[in-house]
Amino acid sequence: MLRIFKKILTTGIVTERISMRSHAEHGNEDELEALGIQIKRHIDKRFSGSIAIRQVDAGSCNGCELEIHALNNPFYDIERFGVHFVASPRHADVLLVTGPVSRHMQTALLRTYEATPNPKWVVAAGDCAACGGEFGVSYASCGAVSNVIPVDAVIPGCPPTPVALMKGLLGLMTVEK
Amino acid sequence: MSSSNWTADFLSRISADIRVDCIDVPSITLWQIESRTWRRFAELAQQQNLRWAAGWAEQLDKQFFVNSCFEKQGGYVLLRTIIDETNPELPSQATVYPAANRSERHTQDMFGIRFIGHPDNRRWTRHQAWIENNYPLRKDFPVQGAPVGITAPDMHYPFIKSHGAGVYEIPVGPVHAGIIEPGHFRFQAVGELILNLEERLGYVHKGIEKIAEGRTPESLAKLAGRVSGDTTVGHCWAACMAMEQAAGVEIPPRAALIRGILAERERVANHMGDIGAICNDVAFVFAQMQFTRLRELWLRTNATVFGHRLLMDRIVPGGVDCDLPDASCRLIKKEIAELRTELTEVILAMDLNSSLEDRLYTAGFLSEQTAAAFGAVGYVGRASGQDRDVRRDAPYAPYDRVTVKVALENQGDIASRVWIRYKEIRTALRLIENFIDKLATGELRSEWRTPEAGSEGLGIVEGWRGEIISHIRFDADNKIARFYPRDPSQLNWPALEKLVLNNIVPDFPVCNKSLNGSYSGNDL
Repeated sequence: MLRIFKKILTTGIVTERISMRSHAEHGNEDELEALGIQIKRHIDKRFSGSIAIRQVDAGSCNGCELEIHALNNPFYDIERFGVHFVASPRHADVLLVTGPVSRHMQTALLRTYEATPNPKWVVAAGDCAACGGEFGVSYASCGAVSNVIPVDAVIPGCPPTPVALMKGLLGLMTVEK
Repeated sequence: MSSSNWTADFLSRISADIRVDCIDVPSITLWQIESRTWRRFAELAQQQNLRWAAGWAEQLDKQFFVNSCFEKQGGYVLLRTIIDETNPELPSQATVYPAANRSERHTQDMFGIRFIGHPDNRRWTRHQAWIENNYPLRKDFPVQGAPVGITAPDMHYPFIKSHGAGVYEIPVGPVHAGIIEPGHFRFQAVGELILNLEERLGYVHKGIEKIAEGRTPESLAKLAGRVSGDTTVGHCWAACMAMEQAAGVEIPPRAALIRGILAERERVANHMGDIGAICNDVAFVFAQMQFTRLRELWLRTNATVFGHRLLMDRIVPGGVDCDLPDASCRLIKKEIAELRTELTEVILAMDLNSSLEDRLYTAGFLSEQTAAAFGAVGYVGRASGQDRDVRRDAPYAPYDRVTVKVALENQGDIASRVWIRYKEIRTALRLIENFIDKLATGELRSEWRTPEAGSEGLGIVEGWRGEIISHIRFDADNKIARFYPRDPSQLNWPALEKLVLNNIVPDFPVCNKSLNGSYSGNDL
């Protein structure tokens, strides 16, 4: 037990401000700080301080899932903005959908969408979800998520980095619906 | 991939029974037999302890080539038979090798080839996206198919039923509770005890084999890198290796070393993620937080050094699309030294924890016999005594220049699969250092040569999940005629159905995570 406490104490808090210092290619630091604060206000006002996301893999290669997982690691710790992932669409405000929609997942995605209470938002994360990506439309794939359910925001990238995901999610909250 | 000494001996043993034609193909040991002896060969192969490693088919004009890949002591043999389009059937090998079961069902769904005597010929990959008696991988099937507006759910798949007092069913998925890929699990349970588990996969089938046809080598490498996102380096490497064999292209030594570094970095990243996730599934959040932190640092170095966190599209036909300057080498070595210290601290804290011990030891037990019967590969096989690693048994550049120490356990439980991963991280760190030390200035990419129409290659690499086999055949004009990637998950998924038996339903997530099969790599 002492080892655990020692490791926790020496590790300290690694959670970062949403700054772009280590990933300069992603954009302007001040802009994101400002966005973060603005978004938190929106979440506070419209969602009583938190939004619930249900992630749906509709046919991805699992690359996007790895980066979505990373949002919960101690560096990004997305929960501090009031954003958390839930186990059921019934609890969700937002569906975060990845992958081209495989035809075998089409009904499952539609049912998940129907199960999500209004008002709801859909975010298509990753190039495949945005436009079909490497897989496109075929006998087995419906392509982009917007071919199956209405999409409110798109986060491109193959896969989108955690910072890109965060930016996309937070940006969604400023969209009037 | 040269086969070792057993092939000549094996051929002489079976010559009385079966006529085998050895076909001359560069870099592949290719044996062709008559279709009616397909199962007989499997029986003889099993008697000689050959492992069934992969199975797939191809269509060439009016004929089907049916292929199986066997391995023993690091020697791979490609077995082929040719059957006519008018009567596409042959005896099943799945009665002899359970590992061939789902593979043959996939071939049956995609080509309409019947495997006579198959123990379970229900459809597998096909749900409702195309109708019965249509076969997507036949050349006359258009890539767009004939989809209806909304593909119906696969309601009437005949699951195994169980009856009796107190027995109930739990259907799970395809949409799961976590951030995870889709698939369906059907449990039969009594109280909390799992009596039977049946997997129903195929939900993320997105036609990878079909849309590969007609691509250029570059474009195919990109697609291969998305067979399973967590194995992007492994699959891309296997596909490029197959294409390079077909084209007779040899990659420069520097490119081979960088490929090795990429592959080992992918292994370390995934193993760290998995160990954390397994601990998280038994509510030991400390390890989850530590390992996701270490993984994040590791991925950031990937981004800094190679320009992509998951290392996608760094391997290209003929070599690599990234270099490793001295400054980066120093950065990587420094990071490895730090990681070793951190790992030791975290692992010691884990090792002495009684709640982890309570949940991980003896849970999810996979016996050596079951692992061998399913031909389980990678850490799943190696935690159950299956001493196999392509890097050591059939070394390819750059592994032919180093000694790979293969971790082996025979406890077969979840704890075993955690320890194997930990040992593999340690080995991988050493390998990365070795490869960096061997780096000499040189080319990063060989010039591509357009392969002859019909030429083929078989790429076999040890991905982080285990052995990956990738088969490629070229058409004229540098175009791909056939691409079949066999992800290690295809062999490991059936083992999950067995290792959860007699565990409790609430332990299913941790059992599943300890195996961590790729849904995408399985469904294609």
